[in-house]
Amino acid sequence: VTASIQTPHIDWLTLSPELSLLAAGALCLLVAVLTPPSWRRGLGAFFALAGFVTAAIFAGVVFHRSVDPSLQVGDAIVRDRLGMFGAFIVCGSGILALFTSYGHRMRKEYVAEYYALLVTAGAGMCFLLQAHNLITLFLGLEWFSIALYVICAIDMELETSLESGLKYLVIGSFGSAVLLFGSALVYGATGQVEFSAIAANGNPHDAMFVAGLAMMLVGLAYKASAAPFHQWTPDVYQGAPTPVTAFMSAATKATALIVMLRVLRTAFPQEAHLWTIVVAVLACASLAVGNLAALAQKDVKRMLAYSSISQAGFMLIPIASNNSLGARGLLYYLIPYCAAAVGSFAVVAARERELQAPVTFDTLSGMGWERPFLGASMWVFMLGFAGFPLTGGFVGKFYAFSAAYDRGWVWLMIVGVVATVISLYYYLGVVRAMYFRTPAELQLLPAGGSPPREVALQIGVGLALAVTVGSFFAVEPLIEIARKAAETLVF
Amino acid sequence: MAAWIVTILIFLPVAGALACFVFPVGGQYVAAFAALVAFVEIGFWIDALARFDFSKGLQFEQQASWFKDLNVSYHVGMYGFSLWLVGLTVVVMATAIMYALVAGRDRPRAYYGLMLMLVGAVVGVFTSQDLVLFYVMFEAMLIPLYVLVGVWGGAGRLGATFKFVVYTMAGSLLMLVAIIAFGLTAGTFDLVNSGPSSSSWIFLGFAVAFAVKAPLFPFHGWLPDAYREAPPEVSAVLSGIVSKAAAYGFLRIAIVKFPGPTHDFRTPILILAAAGLVYGSVLAFRAPDVRGVIAYSSLAQMGLITLGLFAANNLGFDGAVLQMVNHGLISATLFLLAGAIERRTATGEFVLLGGMARGRPALATLLMITGVIALAVPGSSAFAGEFLVLAGVFQQHWLYGVVGAVAIVLAAMYMLRLISGVLHRDVGSAVSDAARDLVPGELAILVPLVACLIALSVWPAAISDHSFPSATLAITSNVSSTSNASSNATNSTSTYHRPVGTPAVPHGSMTGEGGNLP
Repeated sequence: VTASIQTPHIDWLTLSPELSLLAAGALCLLVAVLTPPSWRRGLGAFFALAGFVTAAIFAGVVFHRSVDPSLQVGDAIVRDRLGMFGAFIVCGSGILALFTSYGHRMRKEYVAEYYALLVTAGAGMCFLLQAHNLITLFLGLEWFSIALYVICAIDMELETSLESGLKYLVIGSFGSAVLLFGSALVYGATGQVEFSAIAANGNPHDAMFVAGLAMMLVGLAYKASAAPFHQWTPDVYQGAPTPVTAFMSAATKATALIVMLRVLRTAFPQEAHLWTIVVAVLACASLAVGNLAALAQKDVKRMLAYSSISQAGFMLIPIASNNSLGARGLLYYLIPYCAAAVGSFAVVAARERELQAPVTFDTLSGMGWERPFLGASMWVFMLGFAGFPLTGGFVGKFYAFSAAYDRGWVWLMIVGVVATVISLYYYLGVVRAMYFRTPAELQLLPAGGSPPREVALQIGVGLALAVTVGSFFAVEPLIEIARKAAETLVF
Repeated sequence: MAAWIVTILIFLPVAGALACFVFPVGGQYVAAFAALVAFVEIGFWIDALARFDFSKGLQFEQQASWFKDLNVSYHVGMYGFSLWLVGLTVVVMATAIMYALVAGRDRPRAYYGLMLMLVGAVVGVFTSQDLVLFYVMFEAMLIPLYVLVGVWGGAGRLGATFKFVVYTMAGSLLMLVAIIAFGLTAGTFDLVNSGPSSSSWIFLGFAVAFAVKAPLFPFHGWLPDAYREAPPEVSAVLSGIVSKAAAYGFLRIAIVKFPGPTHDFRTPILILAAAGLVYGSVLAFRAPDVRGVIAYSSLAQMGLITLGLFAANNLGFDGAVLQMVNHGLISATLFLLAGAIERRTATGEFVLLGGMARGRPALATLLMITGVIALAVPGSSAFAGEFLVLAGVFQQHWLYGVVGAVAIVLAAMYMLRLISGVLHRDVGSAVSDAARDLVPGELAILVPLVACLIALSVWPAAISDHSFPSATLAITSNVSSTSNASSNATNSTSTYHRPVGTPAVPHGSMTGEGGNLP
């Protein structure tokens, strides 16, 4: 008699985004080994793009076919619209990041590996977004984190890149460890790993269980770079190659926030009275820290890093509101936010390549007139972050504040409004630097020659621009998608 | 066509702006194109004027859902007073664009594109019938203004834009909070279909936002810098039109939607408005330069308009709307004249100016006419407006009338000081023979503006009798029925929508004391 291991039934369609991304990663690695050096950049980028596009298409198909959520693969993975919505956002950010990466100076030795790591990180995020028990949760988190640790440090000639990778590794691992410890406590308290089973067995008066919840929240807050767990963000964002920063600031944050929403809503609905307050406090802290620190920055990448902390604060407001308005508001907001995040870092990358030096507010001066398209796009991205109308950022903030009001937390809405006023200083500071001052005024030496033309980067910025502005006009269809995605989380 | 006219008025200039940004054409062609768009815009407005039925309320209504789950829609339409304010906008913007064409501006594609964007946004403010749309348009005004001042402004432009943006955004975001609170409570953000609210907090959110944008005393900290540093035609737009957007907001939102709080806060607001009227007039009298006088007189005039609005009776409303248009035309003309003077003498300081009347008859005549109308000489349109406002506010309390009358005397003082400081006295050190009279291009801009003012002086009733659909306005019925505001919430909604046939409200019945004079 042969002993047979009971293997779970696997619904391959559920895993199709991850699988297509992994296949693309494998192809990129083959490119790295088998093709002549001069082909690697083009082929790697092509396979990575194909992977992201395929994954996005699969995500759309699964979204369409998954009206009701279902648990798959031994109840470890959930097939639902929320996960697929997240996967779509990750793939979208990935595509934009690819356009930004293409012109980035990279050695032939690792360029194909770079693309392989990028798609692998994307696959990990998609997996995490579908996680439905504590084990897949940790697995997904580590999967994409490890890929990102490496990719941050990939530019070996850049001193800051190594430092950035190392910092991210150390602090990120700490965050993962806290999450793991929290998961262990939750498992210890309930004897369950699956989220809905945890919800059924959890006892809000059990100290161990609540401690586990708190530690899991902290672990996810690390990934979303919410204050006070944000310390790694400025250094890592500043040091990492700019296209990687672009991808991280969009996709990682989106993933962490969606997963936080899912975990809190599906595993800990009984403890909402506890975690809503904690999340609201995290939101306020992030808004305060991110905004105040961003005011003082001279380096644009660093400023954007702090701004991403404050944006995390904004997006925690709808989570803290714990209502369906907040859920769909958050999901909607992620669309223009991710586009503006990748887009703004892409513009910074373009300036960086032009100047061969880090971009500061001073070296940004006059850029709006020299490169009108990039300048106007950067302007729109900044307006998007600041929540001005004619960008989707306005509608996102409108929903976030509405959700807080609906919850009855007017104070949280006021905090968000005050934070927005402060944030204007540095967001409009970028516009001021680009348009109001001339390089002559600051006595910068003219670089000479025309700036390098980068078609790929411009396409990426153009797409990001289209999404940032388009999401303002197409609110109805996007909110409808977000509403469908949020249906998984029963409110 | 009639249904589309408001949408055309909003989006035609926006399309023109995009065309300016996209097509790489040379300077004068872009300027001419922008001017053409501005004139076509005026043409559409005249078309709207011809089709408008002044005996009815909201017209040219158009509505399309924007996001359903919060009941936000693209909903536009015009009341009588919106029509006049849109008219003011298209006329002043056209002249501002023409002025820029004559004066010449660097980076024309960006400049004219932003000017055209601004036209669309301001028209949008005056015609939005949905709160979210209103907010969007209100903010959309700020974006081009920020750049117009920041790039093409004077030496102190960075500080001026910073103050301007921080003040107005702080106000605007308070308004956003108020809008969310109002809309989620009412279940819709539609201005026509929502009933009145009795929340003081929400009212204050709106009131502060409008008070900053207008600006009203004590929220005017941004005003002197912005009006001085902006290019003259942008100052003309700022004080002529953008400030009216705030006054419009008071009228359309703060007063109509919040009858109870309007009643409760009337006294402090009237006192602040009266204080601003006197304070602005005194500052205008003391200002050392031409633009300073116009800027502070603008502050004073906004105080006067607010007096009229919060008198909350027919006379006050009619006078306020007339005065909005008057002041828009006057301050635009004066700022453009100030720009013309600055172009010739490179200064606006009174110590360096003077004696410009000799040999410059066109400049002298235009400045004189505008100045005389501005100081509300009997027979002028400003006299008609101020008279109505004061008559309206007199019914609230005679003291406001006294303050207003004093301020008119002050207005005469500062306007005459402006006129004599520029035209008369000894020839200033900055005034050389090279400073010629107005050129035909400038006359072509300024004469039509002054002609509008003269026409209004001849027939002020064109506006004061044609702003609200019937002799008695539903707005007043809302305000006066504060005691049973909640009970007739649905009822008064429909009255505002079709505001005819409301009972004649005895003036001053709201407080019970305003009309009873010693």
